[in-house]
Amino acid sequence: MKALKSPFFWIIIAVSLLYAVYPKLGNNITLRETLVLSAIYVILATNLNLMIGYTGYVNFGSIVFFGLGGYLTLWLIGGYGWNLYAAVLFAGVVTSLLTLALGFGILRLRGAYFALATIGVNEAVKDFVSNFDKWGGSEGIFLPFSTYKSMGGAAHALWTVYYLIIGVMALSLLLSWFIKRSKFGLGLFAIREDEDAAIVLGVKAPVYKAIAYSVSAFLPAVAGGLYFFKNGSIVPEEAFNLHLSIESIVMVMLGGQGTVTGPWVGAFLYERLRGLLLTTPSLSNFHLVIAGVLLLLIILFAPGGLMGWLYKRWARVRGVLE
Amino acid sequence: MLQIFSSVMDGLLIGLVYGLAAIGLTLIFGVMDVVNLAHGSIIALGMFFLYLFFGAGLHPYLSLVPVAILGFFFGVIVYLIAVKRIISGPPLMSLLSTFSVSMIIIGIGTALWSTSPYNINFKVETYNILGYTVTSARLIAAVAAVLVTFGLYFFLYRTVLGKAVRAVANNREAAELMGIPSQQILAISFGIGTMLAMLSGALIATLFPFTILSGGVYELKSFVASVLGGLGNPTGALLGGIILGLIEGSVAPFIQISWTNVIEFVIFVLILLFFPTGLFGGRK
Repeated sequence: MKALKSPFFWIIIAVSLLYAVYPKLGNNITLRETLVLSAIYVILATNLNLMIGYTGYVNFGSIVFFGLGGYLTLWLIGGYGWNLYAAVLFAGVVTSLLTLALGFGILRLRGAYFALATIGVNEAVKDFVSNFDKWGGSEGIFLPFSTYKSMGGAAHALWTVYYLIIGVMALSLLLSWFIKRSKFGLGLFAIREDEDAAIVLGVKAPVYKAIAYSVSAFLPAVAGGLYFFKNGSIVPEEAFNLHLSIESIVMVMLGGQGTVTGPWVGAFLYERLRGLLLTTPSLSNFHLVIAGVLLLLIILFAPGGLMGWLYKRWARVRGVLE
Repeated sequence: MLQIFSSVMDGLLIGLVYGLAAIGLTLIFGVMDVVNLAHGSIIALGMFFLYLFFGAGLHPYLSLVPVAILGFFFGVIVYLIAVKRIISGPPLMSLLSTFSVSMIIIGIGTALWSTSPYNINFKVETYNILGYTVTSARLIAAVAAVLVTFGLYFFLYRTVLGKAVRAVANNREAAELMGIPSQQILAISFGIGTMLAMLSGALIATLFPFTILSGGVYELKSFVASVLGGLGNPTGALLGGIILGLIEGSVAPFIQISWTNVIEFVIFVLILLFFPTGLFGGRK
């Protein structure tokens, strides 16, 4: 295995293990909840990066994957008594397949048109689910407390779900890294740089784009299932929150699009920053303003993000942190 | 029957206001290929500017004038700060920079006015025409939207400055070679687009209660309307707004109001897929 020799592979494994073990050491539940959010952000940003950073298609409505995964999972568990593992896998596969079919349609649109269509899809799904009585309409789905009994009680189940979320985070990073080094990834980069030229050179652009879109839906859908299972409830406003999908774009931009480390670091920093702003009383009213100003400054003055700046400053970093 | 008729009429009147908002969005896209994601928050800002002038004792319809002037200069400032630097960059950049403007506006607005609803309380007449009841506010909002649209057309087709705007929209390099200062024209266009958004917001504020977050709904409606008419095409956007209003009006008596959004967004995605240049062909 060539991957085992790469330092970056071991960095991903080591950090993920640290995430998993650290809160368990002191049985620190507050820290665990913070890290859950951080890991969810990393999952969303990393998978979104497959579209924005690798393929050059701005997906504004990526949160629809997360929400749909959550809804499918809770519906299967609450309504049909499925076990968690089967439910999240099924939710991930169904969301991916739906996205693949959708992708063949809307990926014909380019630039701003594609971005608008993804917003439209997210809003359409949100409004549909809000009216869909089988999924509780705007009230959403609640899981009864007894659901957690089969997993050894609620406290135990929450730890299990935490490890699973960290696992999904590690998988997202590895997936992102493998795609970057694969021939498939090279095809995506070619599409990003110049789609028409890529087609002329033999890249099957429509298929590549649709697969990338579908792949970028799988792990966020699984993560959505786990996250809302952990919460025990889901409502449309929270599941399809357009704001979170734009915050994911901010994370990707903050760290540096098109790299593996960038969205990871960007998501981590964004979560810290958001927590800091929300908990500091004098700033909490202005957390949106500060996040907005930050985003504007990145776009205007550092469009390559943190990694872009690092690569320029120390070119050797590129060899270690991809 | 009468109920359906009045529902459709209501839809038509409000559709004209949607159209005005959509023209603001589509004008900016047509001139500089920027999808303005701050559109919704600017609409909300228009509502609150009207509220401030109204609170200072000005009649709501007289307040439209200072709202328009403020809107224009606000747009020019937004252009100079957030758009000018990245106007030739990839679409992601302008989408994100205008979105960050929206975050800043909503953040400041929430701090100032919280997210609780406000409304403009003034005397509204009610007319009854052949059994169809309509308020003066609705009629005046629709008429004002039409007048502003005519004003815009007069500006675009009958004045030198307006012709320069159209020239820059058609081909920026060629316009520059003809001696048109394109940077100024772009700033002016962004100002006008913002002004139209604020005016439509102000008109909506005379009809319904609003919060600082209300703009989001109208931003999405503007997207749907301008995509219906073909992005970049002002006439199309107005027609798109009317169609949207008519759809809302004609389905309202038959289904629950919350389903209209589903219908609108499905139409939106379908139009993007199958008629990306809009229903009326329009130029790309």
